[in-house]
Amino acid sequence: MTLPMTPPMISTQDLTLRVDGRLLVERLDWRVHAGESWCVIGPNGAGKSTLLRTVAGLRAPDGGSVALAGRPVGDWALPALARERAYLAQSRGDAFAYRVIETVLMARHPYHADRYWEGSDDHAAAEAALRTLDVAHLAERDVRTLSGGERQRVAIAALLAQDTPLLLLDEPANALDLAHQVAVTELMARLCREGRAVVSVGHDLNLAWSGATHALLLNGDGSWHAGTTRDVMRPELLSACLGHPIAAIAHGARTVFLPDAPAAVTNLAPVRNSQ
Amino acid sequence: MSVLPAASTTQPVHSQRGTLAVLGALAFVSLLVFAAAGLAGSVPVPLADLPQAFISLVAGEPSDMSATLLDLRLGRASAAFVTGAALALAGVMMQALVRNPLADPYVLGVSAGAAVGALAALLFGAALWMVDLGALAGAVGISLLLYLLARRDLGGGRGAVRTGESGVLLLTGVVLASACMALVTLMLSVAPESRLRGMVFWMIGDLAGSSWRLLPWLVLAAAVLLALCRARSLNVMALHADAAAALGVDVPAQRRFLFLCSGLLTACAVTSGGSIGFVGLVVPHACRYAFGPDHRILLPAATLVGGSFLVLADTLARTVLAPQQLPVGVLTSLIGVPVFLFQLHQLHLRRR
Repeated sequence: MTLPMTPPMISTQDLTLRVDGRLLVERLDWRVHAGESWCVIGPNGAGKSTLLRTVAGLRAPDGGSVALAGRPVGDWALPALARERAYLAQSRGDAFAYRVIETVLMARHPYHADRYWEGSDDHAAAEAALRTLDVAHLAERDVRTLSGGERQRVAIAALLAQDTPLLLLDEPANALDLAHQVAVTELMARLCREGRAVVSVGHDLNLAWSGATHALLLNGDGSWHAGTTRDVMRPELLSACLGHPIAAIAHGARTVFLPDAPAAVTNLAPVRNSQ
Repeated sequence: MSVLPAASTTQPVHSQRGTLAVLGALAFVSLLVFAAAGLAGSVPVPLADLPQAFISLVAGEPSDMSATLLDLRLGRASAAFVTGAALALAGVMMQALVRNPLADPYVLGVSAGAAVGALAALLFGAALWMVDLGALAGAVGISLLLYLLARRDLGGGRGAVRTGESGVLLLTGVVLASACMALVTLMLSVAPESRLRGMVFWMIGDLAGSSWRLLPWLVLAAAVLLALCRARSLNVMALHADAAAALGVDVPAQRRFLFLCSGLLTACAVTSGGSIGFVGLVVPHACRYAFGPDHRILLPAATLVGGSFLVLADTLARTVLAPQQLPVGVLTSLIGVPVFLFQLHQLHLRRR
């Protein structure tokens, strides 16, 4: 399914991640090829964001190496790297009153070595990205006045405007309403069909299942599982990874993941029955 | 294939022309302010005498009364302009550095360090140039100390962390500033009565006796040019440090540039004018409010507005109670505080 000639978009070798001396990921060997959509799954504090930041080159690995398109990530010149991969941070603190369109235009920065002002092509790219994310009507708004979900969509629009073959997203579905969660998942799937590679961190197993082709499970103790969603998103692996029993239920042609509701809930006496 | 439409043309858009128009207007206002500073005073220079006096001034031999007055006043106005411009520019840089629109050039203790140096010189009754030298030494000394203490936060050495935003710099600066202020209080409390007035005036910020000087202008010109070259990167950095690193901006290098440049500008400003308050906070804020947060317009606009503002404030300081002169720092604070409060209020209204 992969093209043997081109180097993988991401390849890690013996990648080890630690935070504050705590081992999160040990000896990760991982390949992400163009056209693949990966979902990184794991409990809180398992190193999902740390992995993403390391792959993006924002943080040095604690062991092993990361290569993007065959080149070690530390060897990339920063502007070239910014044309290769885009990174959506988990949160944004907006200190200044930039307009929405300005924040998206800034994503064109890596293409601007030779000019001082954005051109009409940059405006076209930014406006197209805003339309894709359904936020074109917010273009002139102060980013600090947006709701959490609107801000998130604007940030994803900026990611699109950056126009890179590799997209790294830390919880893209954060703060989005249901319709936009599905829309963003579909958008990522479409980007993959166009030949890009997407890696996203997420907590919604059903979104991951419907949008991703591959999954990486981080257990938080150094161990991990990588493979196609079909191979890796098995109830027993997911349950062990997330520390909660999870059932995969066939619903027509679809598979639905449900956390095992504690059976006792229905039998429990109401908490405030004494009054 | 791509989600983005193919680029049709690459013509620059309206923002460029708008910026040039705004800057042209601001430059014109600066000239008007200079003219006003030359004409106004306890002995006014008639407008009709202005061309004649100006010509003889440029020729290098101020012959009559008007030309001499103009020489003195324009010299002082030039010092005021370069000081105000440096403070406003340093304010914009400091706000981008700590990513907080409410920071000012003094927040990292540069002026407090300068005050220690200048007041020590005043305390020992040193000559005027020694006071300036003391201020400069204090400002540079505190900046170096701060750089050493917080160099990890500034990304000194190409370390693993490419973003660097931990607040270590800001906290270290604030603590060093309060240490300096303790020293200042100590010196004020042991100073003999006769020297106290001069020391207090230095603290308030005073431009009396300042005249033509080339060095601050050179520093200002270099800082404006260097900053304009980096304005686009500064925009990205002000947005979000992580995003800036992901967009190919060398964040540690930019932070070091901002730190050094704003420190140098502030040192220049406090050396010639003492710690004049509020220009570095209010002017960048007002410019951001009026022209938006894009540094490509904000940097030059704040420079021009800051310079004009201080020339205006200084002209008022020496005319409202003429022949008595007020320290200009009193006026900038008197004007600055209500303007600042008004803006802050507006901001809260809009964010609600």
